[in-house]
Amino acid sequence: MATGGRRTIECGLRAEREAAPGPLPPQLYGSSSGLRGGVMAAHLKKRVYEEFTKVVQQQHEDLSTKKLRLTKPSKSAALHVDLCKATSPADALQYLLQFARKPVEVESVEGVVRILLEHYYKENDASVRLKIASLLGLLSKTAGFSPDCIMDDAINTLQNEKSHQVLAQLLDTLLVIGTKLPDNPSVRMRLVEVACKHLTDSSHGVRNKCLQLIGCLGPVEKGVAKEAESQAARDVQKIIGDHFNDQDPRVRTAAIKAMLQLHERGLKLQQAIYSQACKLLADDYEQVRSAAVQLIWVLSQLYPESIVPIPSSNEEIRLVDDAFGKICHMVSDGSWVVRVQAAKLLGSMQQVSSHFLEQTLDKKLMSDLRRKRTAHERAKELYSSGEFSSGRKWGDDAPKEEIDTGAVNLIESGACGAFVHGLEDEMYEVRIAAVEALCMLAQSSPSFAEKCLDFLVDMFNDEIEEVRLQSIHTMRKISNNITLREDQLDTVLAVLEDSSRDIREALHELLCCTNVSTKEGIHLALVELLKNLTKYPTDRESIWKCLKFLGSRHPTLVLPLVPELLSTHPFFDTPEPDMDDPAYIAVLVLIFNAAKSCPTMPALFSDHTFRHYAYLRDSLSHLVPPLRLPGRKLVSSAVSPSITPHEDPSQQFLHQSLERVYNFQHLDPRGIQELLEFTIRDLQRLGELQSELAGMADFTATYLQCQLLLIKALQEKLWNVAAPLYLKQNALASAAAKQILEETYKMEFMYSGVESRQVVIIHHMRLQAKALQLIVTARTTRGVEPLFGMCEKFLQEVDSFQRCFISELPHMQGSFVDKLLDLMPRLVTSKPSEVVKILQTTLRQSTFLHLPLPEQLHRATANIIEPTGESDNPLRFTSGLVVALDVDATLEHVQDPQGTVKVQVLYPDGQAQLIHPKPADFRNPGPGRHRLITQVYLSHTAWTEPCQIEVRLLLAYNSNRSKASTRAPKSSWSESLEALPPPENGIEGTIPFSKPVKVYIMPKPARR
Amino acid sequence: MLDCGMHMGYNDDRRFPDFSYITQNGRLTDFLDCVIISHFHLDHCGALPYFSEMVGYDGPIYMTHPTKAICPILLEDYRKITVDKKGETNFFTSQMIKDCMKKVVAVHLHQTVQVDEELEIKAYYAGHVLGAAMFQIKVGCESVVYTGDYNMTPDRHLGAAWLDKCRPDLLITESTYATTIRDSKRCRERDFLKKVHETVERGGKVLIPVFALGRAQELCILLETFWERMNLKAPIYFSTGLTEKANHYYKLFITWTNQKIRKTFVQRNMFEFKHIKAFDRAFADNPGPMVVFATPGMLHAGQSLQIFRKWAGNEKNMVIMPGYCVQGTVGHKILSGQRKLEMEGRQILEVKMQVEYMSFSAHADAKGIMQLIRQAEPRNVLLVHGEAKKMEFLKQKIEQEFHVSCFMPANGETTTILTNPCIPVDISLGLLKRETAIGAAPDAKRPRLMHGTLLMKDNSFRLVSPEQALKELGLAEHQLRFTCRVHIQDPRKEHETVLRVYNHLKGVLKDYSVQHLPDGSITVESILIQATAHSEDQGTKVLLVSWTYQDEELGSYLTSLLKKGLPQSTP
Repeated sequence: MATGGRRTIECGLRAEREAAPGPLPPQLYGSSSGLRGGVMAAHLKKRVYEEFTKVVQQQHEDLSTKKLRLTKPSKSAALHVDLCKATSPADALQYLLQFARKPVEVESVEGVVRILLEHYYKENDASVRLKIASLLGLLSKTAGFSPDCIMDDAINTLQNEKSHQVLAQLLDTLLVIGTKLPDNPSVRMRLVEVACKHLTDSSHGVRNKCLQLIGCLGPVEKGVAKEAESQAARDVQKIIGDHFNDQDPRVRTAAIKAMLQLHERGLKLQQAIYSQACKLLADDYEQVRSAAVQLIWVLSQLYPESIVPIPSSNEEIRLVDDAFGKICHMVSDGSWVVRVQAAKLLGSMQQVSSHFLEQTLDKKLMSDLRRKRTAHERAKELYSSGEFSSGRKWGDDAPKEEIDTGAVNLIESGACGAFVHGLEDEMYEVRIAAVEALCMLAQSSPSFAEKCLDFLVDMFNDEIEEVRLQSIHTMRKISNNITLREDQLDTVLAVLEDSSRDIREALHELLCCTNVSTKEGIHLALVELLKNLTKYPTDRESIWKCLKFLGSRHPTLVLPLVPELLSTHPFFDTPEPDMDDPAYIAVLVLIFNAAKSCPTMPALFSDHTFRHYAYLRDSLSHLVPPLRLPGRKLVSSAVSPSITPHEDPSQQFLHQSLERVYNFQHLDPRGIQELLEFTIRDLQRLGELQSELAGMADFTATYLQCQLLLIKALQEKLWNVAAPLYLKQNALASAAAKQILEETYKMEFMYSGVESRQVVIIHHMRLQAKALQLIVTARTTRGVEPLFGMCEKFLQEVDSFQRCFISELPHMQGSFVDKLLDLMPRLVTSKPSEVVKILQTTLRQSTFLHLPLPEQLHRATANIIEPTGESDNPLRFTSGLVVALDVDATLEHVQDPQGTVKVQVLYPDGQAQLIHPKPADFRNPGPGRHRLITQVYLSHTAWTEPCQIEVRLLLAYNSNRSKASTRAPKSSWSESLEALPPPENGIEGTIPFSKPVKVYIMPKPARR
Repeated sequence: MLDCGMHMGYNDDRRFPDFSYITQNGRLTDFLDCVIISHFHLDHCGALPYFSEMVGYDGPIYMTHPTKAICPILLEDYRKITVDKKGETNFFTSQMIKDCMKKVVAVHLHQTVQVDEELEIKAYYAGHVLGAAMFQIKVGCESVVYTGDYNMTPDRHLGAAWLDKCRPDLLITESTYATTIRDSKRCRERDFLKKVHETVERGGKVLIPVFALGRAQELCILLETFWERMNLKAPIYFSTGLTEKANHYYKLFITWTNQKIRKTFVQRNMFEFKHIKAFDRAFADNPGPMVVFATPGMLHAGQSLQIFRKWAGNEKNMVIMPGYCVQGTVGHKILSGQRKLEMEGRQILEVKMQVEYMSFSAHADAKGIMQLIRQAEPRNVLLVHGEAKKMEFLKQKIEQEFHVSCFMPANGETTTILTNPCIPVDISLGLLKRETAIGAAPDAKRPRLMHGTLLMKDNSFRLVSPEQALKELGLAEHQLRFTCRVHIQDPRKEHETVLRVYNHLKGVLKDYSVQHLPDGSITVESILIQATAHSEDQGTKVLLVSWTYQDEELGSYLTSLLKKGLPQSTP
């Protein structure tokens, strides 16, 4: 019954689609012997798929399905006729090119292939054969077509082929066929054998393809290889390895790539390859060296602990160390591509012994054969001797001891100085790669982290901003392992004056998690941050936050600084500082955060400091922690810091209140409403107080709010009154339905961490709202006709709900949808008025579903930092021209901000403008956080007076991308999906998620 | 001829090279195919007008485009100082410089220039200064690479020198810093910037004496980017004149600069300084902080000395010497710590300002030199430019680590280097095809032996088949046949022995056609084996193995095989 209903809808929709003329299929195959890349192939495949569905629809226009079948053979027949007609190779090529532009259906692929092959044997011209070969490859890619039937023919064609290009193309086709048949080892074996036979070809192109084929299809499991009777296919690795010394560099590269491909497919490479690969490192061609570096890296990961001899001596070392040394050596290669490759791979060689690791930062300096200390060593020495800031003498760096000439090794084959070279490279790509590698190695080795600090600090002064930024981020990542010396801190802090905001903010982030060793260091940091503050006042928030962490990390270092920072004096009263001065606030933030874990500190405060504390604790509660002050009660009474958080009371509270709500069945309606209202209020307050639980509390509060609205709208009393009073009730109910819908979209799209369990509940709530809407409309509209459509649509939604969440249905006993599905057969056959009645009763009787809470739930929030909305000076510009408004906002817990976050500008005349920021305008300073820095262009006709416009951020959503549809296994119902879009498909909307900011603007009339 | 420089230390004839080393009498043009100038520093191009116009040379002079542009400016400046200021006569004139520059052919990087039928040259990037190049000079398959001055570490405005694996027979490299391994540039840069920044923040003035070209531009870029980065406002001045002209060329030749400048010049040309302005004499007395670049670099005369005298009295100010100072100059004195200077007119100048030294050298250090050698893989290395003792050290290192011979000739000394020139030989296609068709398919891993006749005729070499060679030379063919007797202890009858030998060979030589002929002999390919009983001892059989010269390999293998004896026959 239900399916019958569905079918009618399906047909209706199809009719609708057919009415619109489908777009012409774009050229599919093009003139494309060159379309070989894997990405391209995937893309093509996708397009083929798309085109097919479209083509089918188009043909529905005037043909029945039966007719369509009849036309199919005619297509290959037409090709046959065309090819026979062709008088010259050029003609034939033209026909083929034309043919390639049109897609071929799955059923007719084989026929087409036969015709092509037939023509292939007859053709004398190599270019036509080449095109046919490439077409064979493309055709065998057709989805749903199994190419094993054409494999024999394809292999046969290879036998008599003379042209190298055609051979290469045919092998490519075989590769396609082989990859289409992944679980047919015998076919693969055959193909590999064929490839092995052609490995002796004199053309590099053919050998290339053969190796590629062997790499992609070669047997990976040992067992299969033994069964194979063929000698050739037994040891793929040896075959490929033999081509490491091919005379053509392209073939050598292909051989290494094939080896890597085998590794990727799970074959364990033999250790014997290692020495071969090492020789390839000295190859003349960069692509070979680049691939060889990769191969060595792979081997070093496979056999880290094997022992290899050192060529010139009797010693032996671990393979991973040897490989590390070799890759390090490649960091000073002649080609920058190889250097980047080598530098990148170094980062992931974590098994290397620390002795070798530390060598990478070693560079022996000398001057006139005398040993010289590096600037780093000098700085360290100066620091440890107590003298800070370098002596200003000529010859300060004068060399000291003599060097034994024999002992100096100018070109070390080992790891010596690899990073020193990499970080000084002329290409910034290499430098970035080196910094990244440094970061990864330092994360795994604290001692190395300590050593590489000097070098990282140096990178803060790189000429390219990306490198500077990268090194700051790196430093932040390893900051757990390090403590900054004062001279290092000095260099780090100097970067605070950088004019780039990204750099400064990255540095603030870094300072948040740095360990400083002395109180002078803290003082220095504070002074520099304050300097930064005066120079760039917009950094205020970021600096305060930075000082908050700096204070809480180093309470004991801040303590001795307090009198100086607060400029208190033992005898004299000092003037009270200005409370609104951002610099003073910064100092206080530092001190208060330090005082949190240093109970002796408040004794040093003067009276006004306590007052200021109270003020700041209220106004900047996220920066100022609750303190236990002598003689005062705790300012923050909600959460006392003395209670250990192991049994979080607020968490408990949340759960208890929810528990209470879910058990309300026993209460009377009035009581339920009150309970809900109280709980919502409690939850909202809880969210304000406990930032960690805000997401959770808001989420549940919203859900309860929806429920409350639903209950209110369904109050029996109101529905029973006489018809004239419907009006009021309708207004209330339809408003409630609308609001519930909105809230459900918010719940679904504004929170990160929502799981499928929650999505079901949300969708369920939405379904209820829609039912409510239907009821309201049914009551207000006269006549039955419009209701038919609505009922059908609603039932369709119920149906799609069932399909989407079939696995969750058992958990929804007694719910609205559960009851509805029971009644489904009846609903489908009944009249709309009956349906409405049923719905109304079901809605009332259905139970309230528990909303299970996920582990982590965060609400997406946005905060517009700039424009601040405080300016009284209007932004003047000539009407008709544009003015750029800088918008700077922080986004938290927004998934995929590039796709969803929009800026909205509301003009006073009600005109609204939606701006999509560029993807590059979003930065990602940390997990879950994003930052939008963009420019919004404003324009308007002339105004007589300045007026305010509103700027706000919106979160765009599209229920297509809803979590439900991505989660559901698509294949099972994708077919019906395409014919029948789910009812809510394509509902797009926006949720405002930031406070609007007002900007004063004034478009002036243009002067003539 | 590679480079044509001058000695800065002399003011007499010794300042220019003695071209009579090339030829006593007769024009230089006849002796030189071309002249190559690596870069525009006067010690590499200063004698050019003298050489071409006064001594006389009309052949081509090769240099890169930036060198061609900047070189005449420097020569003209140099001429002015010597002639106009010092009043010397017998020096080249402006017209001579112009005439000389007309003979210059400009080359691009990596462009192969055919000088004549045999000689070709190619320029590589060398860093060091704008337009500096290394040249590969090639005749046939023998080649020399001359580096000129080069820098292996990139700096703020230029990239690093780069050579491909050209494997020259000889690499001529400078070795100024043969015994030095330098620290990272970053520390020095940071120190420099920090010092300038601190002084400017204090409200002091910074004087940086520089020479017009090279380091001056690097320091300018360094300060300019720093000012930009740190959003500083204090003015930076650059003394006008020569430097400004040079800057103009730096702006033009963006492709010769480093990655950063090349990448960003679409938005903004880095040499179009935003913060650096032209200096005027009056600015020196302005209050407030400022940074001034002034020439000359050693504070011995001119603008830099004037400014120094004005500012020396204030301890807030600072002077930074970015290079080496010759003894006797004011620069050297203050660097060595003198605080009271006696100026002309018995005036005593007390130096209260801070004095800093910051070296920025654009030569490759020992590691850099080694790195270049590693890149190029030369067969011989020749060191020039540097102190003998230091070069000795480097020479030893090069020989030890690369196992190539290294030379360091003194001035006037001749070095002979043995090379292994390869001689191209034409092979007739028929022979090649025939030879590749024989035997197994070509195996890339093994060299193939092929038979042919080398004909040396009319100064050309050809490899042809023996028949053709005989035909061409009109000779009759002689057959050369080797015969060898192998004694085998076998008491059996002759034909039985033959049969055993036959079976044995058949078992061992699977790939060859082994036949037993009816007349009792065995053939292996074209090798004949016959067995006869020994005349004295019937138990010993004599195997007669006979093969032609062409089958030498197989024949000798067979004899050695037979000499080992036959395997014990199975009953």
